[in-house]
Parts: sequence; C-alpha cells; structure tokens
Amino acid sequence: MNALRRHRALSRIWASEPGLRGWFTTVNHTDLGRMFLAVAIFFFIVGGILAMLIRAQLASPRSAFLGPDHYNQIFTMHGTIMMFLFAIPFFEGLAVYLLPKMLGTRDLAFPRLTAYGFWCYVFGGSMMIFSLLAGVAPDSGWFMYPPLSSTIGAPGINSDFWLIGITFVEISAISAAVEITVTVLRYRAPGMSLSRMPIFAWYALVTAVMILTGFPPLILGSILLELERAFDMPFFQVAAGGDALLWQHLFWLFGHPEVYIIFLPAAGAISTILPVMARTRLMGYGWVVAAAVSLGVLSFGLWVHHMFTTGIPHMGLAFFSAASTLVAVPTAVQIFAWIGTLSKGRPSLHLPMLWLLAFFATFVIGGLTGVMVAIVPFDWQAHDTYFIVAHLHYVLVGGFVFPMLAALYYWMPHFTGRKTYFKLGNTAFWLIVPGLHGTFLLLHWAGLLGMRRRIDTYESGQGWEAINLIASISGFVMSIGFALVLIDVVINAAVAIRGSRDPWKAGTLEWAMPTPSAPYNFASLPQVTSREPLYDAPDLPVRLARGEGYLGDPSRGRRETLSVEIATGAPRYITVFPGNTFLPMLMSAVTGLFFLGMLLKTYWLVPISATGVICCALYWVWSLGGTTREGALPVGHGPELLTAGEVADPPGWWGSIFLLLANGTFFGSLLFGYIFLWTIAPNWPPPRYAEPGPDVALAALAGAGLAALGPRLRPGTGLLLLLPGLGGLAWAGIRILTRVPDPTAHAYDATLWVLMGYALLHLAVALVMALFVAARGRTGHVGAIIGGEPRIARLWSDYAVLVSGIAVLAAALPGWLT
Amino acid sequence: MHPAGPAAAIIATLWWVLLIGATAIFLLVAGLIAWAWRRPPGEVQERRFVVWLGLAFPLVVLAALLAYGLVIGERLLPRATPDLVEVRAEARQWDWRFGYADAPGRVTENELHIPAGRPVDVAISSADVVHSFWVPRLAGKLDAVPGHVNVLRLEADRPGRYEGLNAEYNGPGYRDHRFTVIAHDAEGWQAFLRGERP
Repeated sequence: MNALRRHRALSRIWASEPGLRGWFTTVNHTDLGRMFLAVAIFFFIVGGILAMLIRAQLASPRSAFLGPDHYNQIFTMHGTIMMFLFAIPFFEGLAVYLLPKMLGTRDLAFPRLTAYGFWCYVFGGSMMIFSLLAGVAPDSGWFMYPPLSSTIGAPGINSDFWLIGITFVEISAISAAVEITVTVLRYRAPGMSLSRMPIFAWYALVTAVMILTGFPPLILGSILLELERAFDMPFFQVAAGGDALLWQHLFWLFGHPEVYIIFLPAAGAISTILPVMARTRLMGYGWVVAAAVSLGVLSFGLWVHHMFTTGIPHMGLAFFSAASTLVAVPTAVQIFAWIGTLSKGRPSLHLPMLWLLAFFATFVIGGLTGVMVAIVPFDWQAHDTYFIVAHLHYVLVGGFVFPMLAALYYWMPHFTGRKTYFKLGNTAFWLIVPGLHGTFLLLHWAGLLGMRRRIDTYESGQGWEAINLIASISGFVMSIGFALVLIDVVINAAVAIRGSRDPWKAGTLEWAMPTPSAPYNFASLPQVTSREPLYDAPDLPVRLARGEGYLGDPSRGRRETLSVEIATGAPRYITVFPGNTFLPMLMSAVTGLFFLGMLLKTYWLVPISATGVICCALYWVWSLGGTTREGALPVGHGPELLTAGEVADPPGWWGSIFLLLANGTFFGSLLFGYIFLWTIAPNWPPPRYAEPGPDVALAALAGAGLAALGPRLRPGTGLLLLLPGLGGLAWAGIRILTRVPDPTAHAYDATLWVLMGYALLHLAVALVMALFVAARGRTGHVGAIIGGEPRIARLWSDYAVLVSGIAVLAAALPGWLT
Repeated sequence: MHPAGPAAAIIATLWWVLLIGATAIFLLVAGLIAWAWRRPPGEVQERRFVVWLGLAFPLVVLAALLAYGLVIGERLLPRATPDLVEVRAEARQWDWRFGYADAPGRVTENELHIPAGRPVDVAISSADVVHSFWVPRLAGKLDAVPGHVNVLRLEADRPGRYEGLNAEYNGPGYRDHRFTVIAHDAEGWQAFLRGERP
C-alpha cells in the first residue's frame, strides 16, 4: 500500500461527516480544538467590547455614559467572561488541538468527552451572553461575594445566571482536564518516556491536574450559594450559623490556582517556542518541569493573600505571605532558564519572538507588583484599588495573552498550512504592547492615590483625570491592535500562499505531518528516542506517511491508536475510538435543560432532564466494546497487543481515577466548609445536634462492610452482598436526615443535607454501575467478562462506601463530642 | 500616598522601598535579556542561570523582604497602649455609623471623630453585606464582615479632615459610600465628648 492509498483509507475512517452535520457530530480533536479556539476568541471579543465600555465610562470624571446598574453588570461580566469563557477554554482548545499531535498519537483519550465538554461550554456560555443581552447579567463582581450576591443583596435572577451558567461551563473544564491528564499519561508515541515528553505536555499535565483539584471548591461554593438563594439553606447567612467568609475561602481556594492554571499553559508555549526561535534546545528541561510542578503545588497554599484585609490573625497572614512570595521562586527559575536558552542560542526576531519579548517586559513587571502585594502591610493599602487592577492585567495579559499571541503566530502555519504572508501582525504588535502599558502602568499610581476598583465614576480634582484619560485612549489603541490581529488571522487563513511543512524548523512531532493536518494525524505512529524526534530524523514524516511506524495498516477499518505505559512509553494495548455521533451534543443539551430548570425555577424539569442525562450516559457506555474476543492483534514492528476492552486497566478506569480525584476534592472542600463553619462561624453551635443512635451506626458499619466486600467476590454473589450494603448505608443517611428535618433552620442542618445528598447520590451511582456491568456481563460483552469494567464499577462503589461512611461519621461527630 | 499618620507613613516608606527594588530587578532582567540576545551562540553554564539567578537570588531577596514586611505588620497591629481611644464603626448599604467608648450613646453618621496624636482602635462591623473601612491617608484597610468584628489601629498626626471610603464593592451605592474622619486637638476632642460639638 503506498502513502496516498493509506492516506485515503485512513481519511475515510477518521474524517468527520461532510457539511453542516459534521460540525455537530464530530468527535475529532483537530476539529474540536479549532472550534474551542474559535468560540474562545469570540468570547474574548465580547469581553474586550465590555472593557472598551468600561474605559469609555472612566475616560472623564462624572461621566453619564453608563449608570451604576449597567456599569456593575459590565465589569462583572468582563471579568467573568475573560476568566471563565476565554482564558480557560482557550487553553483547552490549544491543548485539545496540539497534544495528540505533539505526543505522536491520533486523538485524545475520550473523543466523545471532548465534544461533550465543548457543547457544555457553548451552551453555558450562551446562557451568560443571553443574560448580558437581556440586561439581567450578574452584577456582584466577578468573585461574587455573598451576602451581596445572595438574596439579601441581589434578589433578581442576575446572580443565578452566574452560579448556574458558570457551573455548567465548568463541566467542560473538568472533562477537558480528565481528558488531558489521561492522554498525556497513556496516549503517547511508543518510546516516548516521561523524560522525552515535549515540555508543553508537562505543562498541560500540571495544568490539568490543577483544574481537577482547583475547580471543585468553586463548583461546591456555587452549588451552596445557589442552594441558599433557591431554597434558603443558610450557608453564608451569619444569623443562621453561616459565614460570608466561607465563600471567600472556597472562591479563592479555586481563584488563586486559577491564576496559575492560566499562566502555566502560556509558560508551556514559551518553553516550546522560545528555543525554536533561538535555534537551540531548552535550557534545564528537568528544572523547568520541577518549577512547573512546584508552581502547581505552591499555588494551592496562597489563596488567603486575596483575603489579607478580612481580619485574619496576623500570624496566619504571615504564613500565606511567605507562601505568596515563595511562589516567585519557581517563576524566577523558569524566567532565567528562558534567558539562558536565549543566550546559548542565536535568537531571531520573528513575530512569535517579538511577542515573547513583550511577555518578558510585561510579565516581569506584573510579577514584581505581585511580590509587592504579597507583603501584607502594603496590601492593606493597595487591596481593592486600581493598583490591583493594573497588577492583574499585567500578569494576565502579559502572562497569558501575549504568549498566546506568540503561540497563535507560531502554530498558525500548522492550523492553515499556509505561510504567514501579510505583515499586519507587526503593526498590531506595535499597537497592542504600548497600548497595554499606556493603559495600566499609570493606573498603579491612580490606585495608590486612592482610586478604588469598581467605582462607576469619580469626581474631578483627585489627581486621576489625566491618568484615566491616557488609560482610556491607550485602551482603545490596544483594541484596534487586537482587531488587526483578528483581520490578520482571517486574511492569512484565507488567501496566503501554501507553505512548507515545519516552517520554523522545530523538532517536536506536531510538525512531522502535512499541514493542515489530516484527521488521523499520523499515518503510522513513530517510535520516539529523544525529545526532538525531528532533529534526529528529518525524514521521519515521509517514513511515517509510508506506514513504517506502528498501526500503519488501516485494514481493520476502525479508529485505532496505541496506549502506552506511563513511565517508559512502552506500548501496552490498542484503543479503539468511537466514530462520529450526535450523542455528545444531545447529552450536553439535556444537561443544559437540567441547569435551565434550576435557573428558571421550573423544578419539574430537573428530575426529567437528570434522568435524560443518565440515559444518554448509559447508552454512551453501552456502545463501547463488543461481544467477540479478539485476542492479541498485530500493530507492526513485532509486538501483538490486546484491545482496550480486554485489559484490566482500560481508558475508562484511568478516566475514573482522575474524575474521582476531582470528586474527592469536591468532597474534601465540603468537609472543609463544615469544619470551617463549626469552628469559625459566629452563631454556632446550632440549637441542637442530630444525635444518631446505635441503629444508624450499625446500619452504616454493616452496609459499608457488605458493599466493600461484594465487588471483590464472584459477580453473582458479589451483587447479592453489594445491594444490601448500599441499602444499609443509604438507610443510615436517610435516618440522619430525619433528625434534621428542616435544612433552612441552621447552616448545620443545611450542611448535613448536602453531605447526605452527596452520599446518597454516590450510592445511587454505584448501584446503577453495578447493575449496568451485570447486564453487560449477561449480554456477553467482553469488557464486562474478561476486561476492566467490573474494576471501574468497583472503583466507584468503593468511593461511594468511603464518602458515605465519612459523611455519616461527620454528621454524628459534633453530637458525640458535646 | 500623602500619609498623615504613622501607619500610613510606614506603608508609604515600604512602597518606596518596593518600587526602587522592583525597578532595579526589572532593569537587571532587561539587561540580561539584552546581553543574552547579543551574545554569540554557544554553551553556557546552566547552573549559573537556574541555580544562582533562578533559585538563590529570589530566595535571598524575598526572605529579606518578607522579614521586613512581617516586622512592619507587627508594628501596625492594635496593641495595648495607655492613651488608647476606642470607637466603633458599623457599615451598611450605604452609610456608616460610628459610636464612642468614651461617650456612650453618642452615634454619628458618616463622620468619625477622633483625637489627633493618639492611637485609635476602630472596631469594624457590618449590618448587611461585606464592606471595607479605609482612610487612605491614615492607615490600611480592613473589611467589615457580617457577624465578625475586626479592629484597625489608626492615628492622625495633626487635627484635620480626612476622607474615608468603603473599599469593598457593595452594590449600586458603592461609589458614594464614604465618610469623613475629623481629627480634633485635645481641647476639641473633650468638647466633642461633652457633646458641645456635632
């Protein structure tokens, strides 16, 4: 078979459907990556327009352009859109598009999940845009502090849009994060050990794990606040035992890692692009990886630096101040490693490099002002002023947008397959960079002069008029620059001339394919022996196209790729991917109905759509794997491998592990909230504690024992033990709820309801999964008989046992202790 | 940035130290990039960049800075002193009410009276949402959180009027949620406590 016939055969297998239908049924990462990026750019434009409205309003004192009601919606939505609907999805899009290509594989671990996440993002984002157009957008600031954002300060539907819309969008962040983690760990080219991974993959891995552990506190906070708003469960109302500070802790427990979730992918792009621009290799690969990992870890220890002015004891602040300054160290390691890389190479001033220089100039300033506000007494003055606004724009624009522009111009030839021919980008550069500094540099000073953030207008005579006028003019110059970038991208994608493959002479695998890339990425998968495979073997692309790598034989007529061992990259099994389907979009639409029912308070819709989601999910999983044993199949180059359905650790097992990591963080945050209220909230203890009797303890213990033992026995007897086990735990949970019949009475009662609700939900999940696997076994599905499906179900039922045990214990503890 | 009290003055000094330090570091990095750009290609010592510049340099600078910040922070804390004056500030949407330990029952709205030259502890609380008490020329800010009482130490060097602000966004009336601090001389303060002055 020659290269062209192989290309045609593989394209038939991997291509999305033609025409409009293809947009809605595609599960291919190249398509979805592009769609993610396009939608993220759309939201960047919306957020940018809001920013221009803000600057128009603030250009002169006593401006009557916008009243406070509109202004408050606009700045809230500017922050919300840029953070949740632009920055995170843009990273997801870039990673979805690039990772499989860089790692030398054909798609992400769970193609349908990519599509599901994308559609959740689109539908959730549309909700937010709708609220903006209808004039009922959230108006409590992007960090939504209650009681202002709760029913006391915001009785309208505005806050509900934020809480429900953003939670809906977060589904896409969590699913992309699971996807990226499993892909980086298990879906690489054979021979690509961890130490041979492209540096971007390391950064994506760290970022994805941070999303899994950083977003759950926010999701929990949003659920609690929505429960308070919708059902009067007083988590944040101090009179009934809640505490407004609980929200601030949960929000910043997410919010600070979020900053690094945004910065790390940008740093990954820099570490990839800068060595190529300097025609050398990255200095200190190991150090940079270590720096990225330690940034990820440290960033979870400094959320309180957003709360220096809330009255936390000074010694407590000292700890977080130290952590906040310490985080500058791994950042410095990366910065100096990059400068070192520049010095050992021969840098040339292409447009991506120009953007990297702008990154250095801007981000270093932002980092230094960041160290300033990490010093507690200085923050007492600077907090909530324009000093902070200026600081965060230096960090986010300098640390994310500029590197992403470098990435855009660096990978554009890959996206389009064309040379960047028109030089509009250089003009745009000289508008955007001075524009940014013109806007925000002097605003630091305005902040120190007492200009508070979020004021809708100001009186003249305070010394800020000139600064604000300059800021507004520069802001508009910057916006014109961004518009030029957009025009430049469109023109270059449409009319520029065909370019050569690998125009930058890079060494990573994404350039080892014709551009724009074919839907299958690689006609055959390469054997990797170093970090820059293309430097070792410049003829690699041709050899791969000729089918000299792994899985070059398309005769099995299905989407196949290799799954490798985590550390060494040795091939382990063949994964067969599903084809094009409407299912992900359908399922996210039904998920959307669930959220819509919550939003509009049409609660009859909620159980119906929840059932719909479950049905979609079961259908989704049912279609995986077949009923015939295939045994080991040839993959080329000698080894014969089993397919994923016949191994003990199929992709679903790995996906479950990381989903449970996020889930466990969610549960951990819930326990944190419970302990926080118990120890810190002013109106505790509650009038009375639920004091579960020995019957509850007995039921919980016996239930936990049976449910833990069941899945470890033979399938038939196992189920006979598991079912009563789950039942016993559920009975214990319900008994506890009968002791606290009114969840609106006190934050304690409300917390118990959430704890028990969480436990019951997971017991139900475990039940459904056990029955599902039993049904799969009876109908002869290989995965349920010799494969890993029973292990996946066991993972979830073990988790359910664990969390319901802890929940019952946590509910009983205060009663026992007093 | 025009301090009129010891707390604000200490923080203003801190700012100038930070600004000079940050400018120096920025110039250092910029200079290094320029040097790296012009340097002919060739291997360089990885340790020099990663270990010395990346690890050792920031660790030393940051440790010094952190110690400085902590010492200052401790000095700004409300500690027992003999001539202390205690007042209360309660924030609500969108005004401020102030009460005085030395004149029980006396409540002023949107005007806080204090004696100049004496340390004042402000006990800050909220009647509804989260607010923040800030008199930029006298001290840093501290939040008014429902259900909690936070104590801020401030002191005015000289008698006069100082602008006070709410510094935590709290809804449509945020912009004009202000108050005035009136610092009296010793005589004026006694007069205020006797109720002779508004």
